[in-house]
Amino acid sequence: MLAYIVRRLFLMLVTLFGISVIIFVLLRIVPGNIVDILFDAAGYVDPADKANLEKELGLSDPIVVQYLKWIGGLLHGDLGYSYVSEKSALQEILPRIPITAKLAGLALLFSASIGIPLGVLSAVHQGTRLDYALRVVSLSGLSLPSFWLGLLILMASVSMLGWMPIFNPNPQTWAEAFAIYCIPAMAVGFRSAALTMRITRSSMLEILRQDYIRTARAKGASESSVNYHHALKNAVLPVITVIGIEAAFLIGGLIVTETVFNIPGVARFLVEALRWRDYPIVQNLVMLIAVVVVVVNFAVDMLYAAIDPRIRYGD
Amino acid sequence: MSGASKAEAVLEVRNLKTVFFTNSGLFRAVDDVSFSVRRGETLAIVGESGCGKSVTALSVMRLVPDPPGKIVGGEIILEGKNLLALDDEAMRKIRGNRISMIFQEPMTSLNPVMRIGDQITEALRLHQDISGKDAWKQAVDMLRLVRIPEPERRAQEYPHQLSGGMRQRAMIAMALACRPTLLIADEPTTALDVTIQAQILALMVDLQKKLGTGLILITHDLGVVAQTAQRVIVMYAGRKVEEASVEALFENPLHPYTRGLMASIPAVPSLDAKADARLVEIPGMVPSLTKLPTGCAFAPRCRFAVPRCREEYPPLGDFGGRHLAACWRAGEMAEAS
Repeated sequence: MLAYIVRRLFLMLVTLFGISVIIFVLLRIVPGNIVDILFDAAGYVDPADKANLEKELGLSDPIVVQYLKWIGGLLHGDLGYSYVSEKSALQEILPRIPITAKLAGLALLFSASIGIPLGVLSAVHQGTRLDYALRVVSLSGLSLPSFWLGLLILMASVSMLGWMPIFNPNPQTWAEAFAIYCIPAMAVGFRSAALTMRITRSSMLEILRQDYIRTARAKGASESSVNYHHALKNAVLPVITVIGIEAAFLIGGLIVTETVFNIPGVARFLVEALRWRDYPIVQNLVMLIAVVVVVVNFAVDMLYAAIDPRIRYGD
Repeated sequence: MSGASKAEAVLEVRNLKTVFFTNSGLFRAVDDVSFSVRRGETLAIVGESGCGKSVTALSVMRLVPDPPGKIVGGEIILEGKNLLALDDEAMRKIRGNRISMIFQEPMTSLNPVMRIGDQITEALRLHQDISGKDAWKQAVDMLRLVRIPEPERRAQEYPHQLSGGMRQRAMIAMALACRPTLLIADEPTTALDVTIQAQILALMVDLQKKLGTGLILITHDLGVVAQTAQRVIVMYAGRKVEEASVEALFENPLHPYTRGLMASIPAVPSLDAKADARLVEIPGMVPSLTKLPTGCAFAPRCRFAVPRCREEYPPLGDFGGRHLAACWRAGEMAEAS
């Protein structure tokens, strides 16, 4: 097991190295850098000034040198400076992380705590009206884009309550904190909840047909024990996989949700930085997202082994 | 049936009818089947696949999947209580406690993510007011009783760490944990290889004697019947076609279907036997339960069938010593032997 974990950690480093190269190259392939954008906006181009600025920002160095400078800095904890604000990238990124982390965490919590029980309910009552109703809801969850759902929620709260959640970094009341974080989290988590529900339902339907479910009933176990204790524990593996993948996809959903709800999180910041070709911010943020995805993946695999005794790594 | 034997009966099934509603119509999986099991007795139910043996067992447990299945008639009386009159909660208290069941597939009948000990403990704690620690101790004792070596260690293991025979032993331990009065074993040895089969059967018979449990053994293997059962019922297309003591049945089978079954047992070949000797089989196929013929369901495959067989279903007649058969020509067969 230990050998497996060490091997996995090594593979994670290799993956992250590969991702760093891809991010770096892709960013340079995108036409224009911050200097082009600035000079275009000014409407005046003096090639000498432009070359000076490019040199100052290190953009005229060969691409390999630029890459090595970035990675070298990264290894020392130096993320470079934002071209736009001229503050250190770390200072810019760090305070935004908790905001996005809260949103993402809440969205995942929402999707698991709503999706799994409803999926079980839907499977247990297969073919009934309840099942059909739940399947319609989940289908709508998969078909509604989260930014549109976010806009609908905002419009509904304005027209019905005459009020809308506006981001405040220090919410005063519980209700305010709920509105600030939970409403956007639900808007973005609805899709994951719907997906989680569908996967839970189909996985449960398969497990409920298994012989050991009949054994549990023959033992005299109650229906709730059969469904939640015996069946769900077996049915939950594919659900965990999906939630793990959703955790990665969530970042995409958060970009629009943070924009719609005007929340100063990491995801919206990434889009802004990309617009300015603020390389240090973009590179480091994408790297951060990559680390999260790789770590979540690893955590899912470890969780597998914890839940299913048949899965043992490295034996 | 005499009054004395009635008093000893742990289970009495009277005129059980279980039907399934399917897209191709209603079919009677169990049609008017009656039998009883006494304390410490083994009743074998034999027949081909799809003859209704397993549905009979599941009906007694009231575990027939509903929908599509439904018990539509009859009585199932366990220790004087009609199980069909009980509500779900009361029935749950009986399952695993007074009646237990062992299934065919030990590989898939145990929950793969629960330890063996926990699965047995669960059965105990569902029906008895004992602490987790005591239940675990009893579970280990049960594993020892079914002769699993190192029961303390095995209780900690998961099903995939046990062999097929071991798993079936664990199933037996689980089924007997609450000392039920009736154990139903649905083809308990079919999925095991021959040497393990004999061990498991011997174990079941031994424990049954020790604990005085009534046993319903469902099988298609007449060899198993001869070794273990006292009484046998033969089922065909959802109906009981013959019932007798094991001796009477093997000595003098009255129903042509029973004769066919016995003739199809492959004999151990002798040295001078021809290498290409054909196995005997019953011609034709089991009829679809949705399209049963008007008369005897076996008539289309029966060598002895007469016109009456195709018109009227033969009633069960007693041909002496509680040897029952449902065949118009059973009387002639009884005389001939």
